[in-house]
Amino acid sequence: MTSAVSLQKVSRHFGLVRAMDEVDLDVAPGEFFAMLGPSGSGKTTCLRLIAGFEQPTSGRIQIFGDAVEGIPPYRRNVNTVFQDYALFPHMNVRDNVAFSLMLKKLPKVLRIKAAEEALELVRLGGYGDRRPGQLSGGQRQRVALARAIVNKPKVLLLDEPLGALDLKLRESMQEELKALQKTLGITFIFVTHDQGEALSMADRVAVFNEGRVQQIGTPEEIYKRPQSRFVADFVGSSNVLDPEFVYWIVGEKRWASLRPEAIHVMAAGQSASRMTGTIISKSYLGPVIRLMIDLNGTKLHASVPSNDAVPAEGEKVTLGFAKDALHLMEATS
Amino acid sequence: MTALAEAGAILPSRGGIVGALSDLFWRRPKLLVFLMVLPALLWLGIVYVGSLFALLLQSFFYIDDFSGLIVHEFSLRTYAELFRAQNLDIIIRTVSMAAVVTVASAIVAFPVAYWAARYARGPWKAVFYLGIMLPLWASYLVKVYAWKLILAKEGILNWLFEQLHITFLLDWWLSLPLIGGNSLSISYTGTFLVFLYVWMPYMILPIQAAIERVPTNLLDASADLGATPRQTFWKVIFPLALPGIIAGSIFTFSLTLGDYIIPQIVGNSQFFIGQAVYSHQGTAGNIPLAAAFTVVPIVIMVLYLWGAKRAGAFDAL
Repeated sequence: MTSAVSLQKVSRHFGLVRAMDEVDLDVAPGEFFAMLGPSGSGKTTCLRLIAGFEQPTSGRIQIFGDAVEGIPPYRRNVNTVFQDYALFPHMNVRDNVAFSLMLKKLPKVLRIKAAEEALELVRLGGYGDRRPGQLSGGQRQRVALARAIVNKPKVLLLDEPLGALDLKLRESMQEELKALQKTLGITFIFVTHDQGEALSMADRVAVFNEGRVQQIGTPEEIYKRPQSRFVADFVGSSNVLDPEFVYWIVGEKRWASLRPEAIHVMAAGQSASRMTGTIISKSYLGPVIRLMIDLNGTKLHASVPSNDAVPAEGEKVTLGFAKDALHLMEATS
Repeated sequence: MTALAEAGAILPSRGGIVGALSDLFWRRPKLLVFLMVLPALLWLGIVYVGSLFALLLQSFFYIDDFSGLIVHEFSLRTYAELFRAQNLDIIIRTVSMAAVVTVASAIVAFPVAYWAARYARGPWKAVFYLGIMLPLWASYLVKVYAWKLILAKEGILNWLFEQLHITFLLDWWLSLPLIGGNSLSISYTGTFLVFLYVWMPYMILPIQAAIERVPTNLLDASADLGATPRQTFWKVIFPLALPGIIAGSIFTFSLTLGDYIIPQIVGNSQFFIGQAVYSHQGTAGNIPLAAAFTVVPIVIMVLYLWGAKRAGAFDAL
C-alpha cells in the first residue's frame, strides 16, 4: 500500500543550520501520526515541507505516491491547522471556513451549507456570523480545524494546535481530535512538544531531535523501549542511567533508562538491596508523589502512589526494581 | 541591609510636591491624561476647530452685488454661486485631479510598500526610510520648481525622449485634448506628475505599516487552502492593507484638494480650489465665496470616508 506521506532522506538546511537532516518517514493512510520533539528539533520544518511552504534542500517527498517537488501549497490536497490558527481577521467565521470552497468557485448556497456542516462537526454551529476576534482561544482553534477539514483533504497537518489552550480545554480537545479523525478517516500528522499529548493521541510517534528522527514507533514502544538517551529522557522524563552505574547493577557497560514509577521505595533496611539512598526532595503531584533520591551521587526520580506512606525528606531509603524494568540502550559513547 | 530591613510594610512618600503629585496621579490616572492632552485640546478646539467654524459661518454670508460689501445675514446664495459654470469647473477639475492622483499613488506606492514591509531587512530598511523621508526634508517649493525645469520643453525629460528617439510619443501624448498642452510643464499631465511625486510618501508609509501588520502565516494559510498568489493578493493582502490605502488616500486626496502652489507653478494656469480660495479671500475680497469653496473639500472628504466605511474598508481594523 502506498504511504499517505513518505519522506526519503529529506534535508532542509538554512545556511549552516541543519533544520532537518536526512529524515526518513512513512505515514500510513488513515494514521494518526505525531511528530514529537523540543523546539528547534525540526518537526515544524518537516510539517512545512509536507504542506509545501518550504522546499527541501535534498531528498524526496511523496504524498499518496505523487512526488511533490516544486508543487506549490495551493496545488497540494493537504490542509494545515496553524499553531496560532491564522484565521482571516477581515472575514467572519463562516467565510473563513468557506474560504477554500470560495476559491474553488463552489456556488454560494453549497459552500455556506458545507461551512455550516463543518462548524457543526466542531460543535460551533450558529457561530458563523461572528468575527474571529470575538471568539475564545478554544473556539478559534475549532474554527481553524473546521476550515482545514471542510475541503476534505487527503492529509491534515496540525502544528501544535493545542499549544495555546489551557489544560482542561486541551484535554477535551485531544479527545475530540481523536474522535474527529476516526469519523473523517483522514490521515492526521500532528506536531507537538508535549510528550503526554503525543503518547495519548497518536497511533505512531516520531521523536525528533536536532533535525533528525531519533525513533519511530507506537507510543508503547517509544515509552517502554527508548532507543536512545534522548528519547528516554524526553519521553516521560525517565531516569537515564550512565554506563558506570548500570555496570554496577547488571554488569554491562551500557546506558539504560528506568521509569520513575518502576522504582519501589522502602524504608532503609527493609530489604537486602544494596541500593540505599537519601531523599533530597519531595513534590506532591496529586495521584503520585515524586521523589528525588541521591544514590551515591546518582540522582534518581521515583514516583510513588500518594496514598502510600512516604518517608520524609532527608530520610534514608532502600530502592528496588524488577530487573526487566531496566531498559538497556546504546553502549558507551 | 539593615536600612532596608527597618522599613515597614508601607514606604514613606517620596516627599515634596513631586511625591504628592506622583501619589495623586497614581490614584487619579485620568487626571494625568487630561492634563497631558489639555494643550493639544485647547489648540485643536479653540484655535483650529474654532477658526474653522468661524470660516464656515462666513460661507453663509454673501457679498452685496452693488456695494461689494459683505452682508452679515444668513443666506445660501454664496453656495448657489458655487454651482455657476466657472466655479463648478474649478471643483470638478480639482476633484478629478485629486482622484486620479490618489489612484495613481496607490498603484505606484503599493509594490514599494509591499517590498519594504515583506522583504526589506537591515540596511535595505534604512535605505527605504531614507528614500521616502529625504524628499520630505527638502523645501516643497524647491521640489516643485525643480519639477518645472525637468518637465519644461528644454528640460531633461524632453532631452531623454530625444535621445531615445521617442519624442513622437511625447508629442502624441501632448496632442491629446485636456491632458495635453504645449509642453509637459504647462499641461495637466505635468501637474499630475508633480502631485504624484510630492504626495507619494504619504501614501507609501501607511500602506507599508498596514502590510507589516499582516502576519505571514495568513499568507501561508491562504495558499494552504488553495489560493494562488493572485487570489491571496485580492482576498487576503489587499483587504487587510485597505485601511492603510484609505489612510494614505486621505492624505493624497485632501492635500491635492487643498493645494494652491503646484497648479500655479506647473500646469495650464486653470484654477484649482486652493487657488480660488486664495484669490477670493485676497485680491477679490469675497471671503464668503472663499469660505464656501473651503467647505467643498471637507464635504467631499466626509462623503469619501463615509463611503469607505460603508464599503467595509475598516473591517480589518
